[in-house]
Amino acid sequence: MSCCATPLIAGNARDALSSSRIALLEDLKANSKQLVDGRITYLLSAPAIHCGNCISTIESEVSKLEGVADVRANLTMKRLSVTLENEERSLLPAVTLLENLGYAVQSLTAEESMRGDPEFKALLRSLAVAGFATANIMLLSIPVWNGADGATRELFHFVSALIAIPCVAYGGLPFFRSALGALRHRRVNMDVPISLGVSLATVMSIYESFFGGGHAYFDAAVSLLFFLLIGRVLDQMMRSKARAAASSLARLSAKGGFVVGETGELTYVALDGITPGMRMRIAAGERFPVDGTICEGMSDVDRALVTGESEPLRVTEGSGVEAGTLNLTGSVDMIATRPAKESFLAEVTQMMAAAEKGRSGYVRLADRMARIYAPAVHVLAFSSFAGWMLWTGGDVHTSLTVAVAVLIITCPCALGLAVPVAHVVSAARLFSAGILLKDGSALERLEAIQGVVFDKTGTLTTGEPVVTSSTIPSGQIASIAKALALRSVHPAARALARHISDIAETHLQDLHEIPGHGVEAMVDGKRARLGRGSWVAEIAGSSGAEARSGGVAFAVEGQGLWLSLLSERVRPGAREMLDTFRKRNLPITILSGDGREQVTAVAQRLGVTDIQSELKPGDKLAFLTDAAEQGRKLLMVGDGLNDAPALAAAHVSMAPASASDIGRTAADFVFTRDSLTTVSYAHRVALATGRIVRQNFGLAIVYNIFAVPLAMAGQLNPLIAAIAMSTSSILVVANSLRLHLLRPAEARDKPAEPEIRQRPAALRTKEGVA
Amino acid sequence: MTTLSLLIPVALGLGALGLGAFLWSLTSGQYEDLDGAAVRILQDDEKSP
Repeated sequence: MSCCATPLIAGNARDALSSSRIALLEDLKANSKQLVDGRITYLLSAPAIHCGNCISTIESEVSKLEGVADVRANLTMKRLSVTLENEERSLLPAVTLLENLGYAVQSLTAEESMRGDPEFKALLRSLAVAGFATANIMLLSIPVWNGADGATRELFHFVSALIAIPCVAYGGLPFFRSALGALRHRRVNMDVPISLGVSLATVMSIYESFFGGGHAYFDAAVSLLFFLLIGRVLDQMMRSKARAAASSLARLSAKGGFVVGETGELTYVALDGITPGMRMRIAAGERFPVDGTICEGMSDVDRALVTGESEPLRVTEGSGVEAGTLNLTGSVDMIATRPAKESFLAEVTQMMAAAEKGRSGYVRLADRMARIYAPAVHVLAFSSFAGWMLWTGGDVHTSLTVAVAVLIITCPCALGLAVPVAHVVSAARLFSAGILLKDGSALERLEAIQGVVFDKTGTLTTGEPVVTSSTIPSGQIASIAKALALRSVHPAARALARHISDIAETHLQDLHEIPGHGVEAMVDGKRARLGRGSWVAEIAGSSGAEARSGGVAFAVEGQGLWLSLLSERVRPGAREMLDTFRKRNLPITILSGDGREQVTAVAQRLGVTDIQSELKPGDKLAFLTDAAEQGRKLLMVGDGLNDAPALAAAHVSMAPASASDIGRTAADFVFTRDSLTTVSYAHRVALATGRIVRQNFGLAIVYNIFAVPLAMAGQLNPLIAAIAMSTSSILVVANSLRLHLLRPAEARDKPAEPEIRQRPAALRTKEGVA
Repeated sequence: MTTLSLLIPVALGLGALGLGAFLWSLTSGQYEDLDGAAVRILQDDEKSP
């Protein structure tokens, strides 16, 4: 029983190891693909791949294994594809080898496992076609601008038409579809004037080239599409990059668990297959797959990600546990009480879905612009038509040509690029600062915030405690304490292990961990204990009255008892970040699921006065929906399962990479660095982006002020149209590139390691093993 | 005029060839690991052919 408590050191810790391993293999199998020749390809995610050496090490080592037909590492996506010779071959040796090489692997969800991004590929194909057409039609247009006449011009126009028609039909599809979709919902977006401009330009040019007119705008139509598609491709690229990066983060929820059968044998059952009444065994270091009641064993449970409580909870027979919480110290059996789809996790998911619906009302800046821009343009075109009809006394052809010219010149090429280019440059800037951006509109929303709301555990604090004071004397005693502390996965013990720097040769014998109490070992014939105060005091001879006050106690038989007090570690940069927000006049609130005492302690250290504690997920959600109803736009920063609905309901949200899977999914931004200054940095980038986007809109409007009167006067020719459109687009892109000049984030610290909660590396060191 | 009727198809044909090559490389997965391709070229090949 106690042997399971310390996986990776005790010899027979196979229980914990094999269960997570089998679970992994089952998950990987779900995403494998059988090739025609009977070989089978597995796709796995290996977040640790980061350089060229990783690729060559993995590929050369894994391909040496028997049964492996092919292995290919993908550095961009941090993925591996391993092909085995046939179905009978197991992936286990490859997984073990990879873990020994230092590349922990995990499975991908069905959505992530799709090769590449089909939408992105389709856009890239459209871009290629539009690029081909633009280059060739431009080449054919130059002689026409230079005065090619008669049959030559007709031929050039005819060839241009031949290239332009299929190109506009194919390359314009994304815009036409989006415009139709918007119109069907009786809305107007930027794609409506775009589609109208491009298709009218094409139709009019066809008419002109076949009925002998001089003005063909094929070049304008296709180059417009080309520029706009560049914007779309960049936008999509940003999104798929963020998605790939997010999927390589460690997954923190269980996908299944071990069911104990009648005769005591263990079988792995996927999450959906778990029904109430099943007896399940959860090894130390694993997460509970469903809600349940403990029926055998004792352990400590880390609920930080689920409820926001910073201190592990001790569970014994009869205690209830929630899905997603982490079993820390002992292997326990539990009876599942609710199926996965009714678990606490599922409740949160439902709340989240409902909250997201509320936010979908947000209209992107470009579309808000379109609501003013599109009617204005159409009124202009119509009035020029009417004006010319009056002026020329009913010359339909001339009037129509002028009206169409107005539509072409006002076609929002620069406007279509104004937003995506600025967003892409900002996303790249954020990416290099360790912030992943899910969607461009999040930057717009972040810019508009009027206040910031923080979760405490895991967000303002790291969730790992630190020792604030300790009575343990340095020297021999300290090294025994450290040796013991290194043997436990309990956060308090690990904090102590980090705190003590003394390392001396210590021989521990008969080491075992008593779940719910602590670790015990024999040192030179004397018993030593590290753990809960009252239990440790049993061997110290004293009453242990002072030991009950909390913290972690340590005693050596006959030598005395020492106490260490713990507190939560505030994330680096928290103070600077809060100061920055205060300077920007944004009020700060802490919403926590943790007890009042713990929240106040952290809040005081950070100088935050507006706090709320002991909140349930629903309470946090209510706080944010109330704020939304009052029209207050809040940024929510949180990590836990309990924060997920609030993250979804907030005007904009951020989560650390160490957050629960569901929290990361709900958030608009995910930051991978430990330091919290990244949060204020993201806000700064958002402010700068908003400025640039508005400048871009300004540029586009200035261009229209010059170009539209020209078009209305009937003075527009294809050459002017081509020059005006390209220059305005280039100006907008150049202006957006100025975002690159933004000062980078100052805190260039190491990325946080989200998987650290599960397997402390300290356990793998060999020093002082009995 | 006759030169044009030869040169235009040639120019378009070459362009189409380039377009075709790009579309082929796209479907054959050559753009799936751009970072990897950049470092792979610097790796020494251990296996002798």
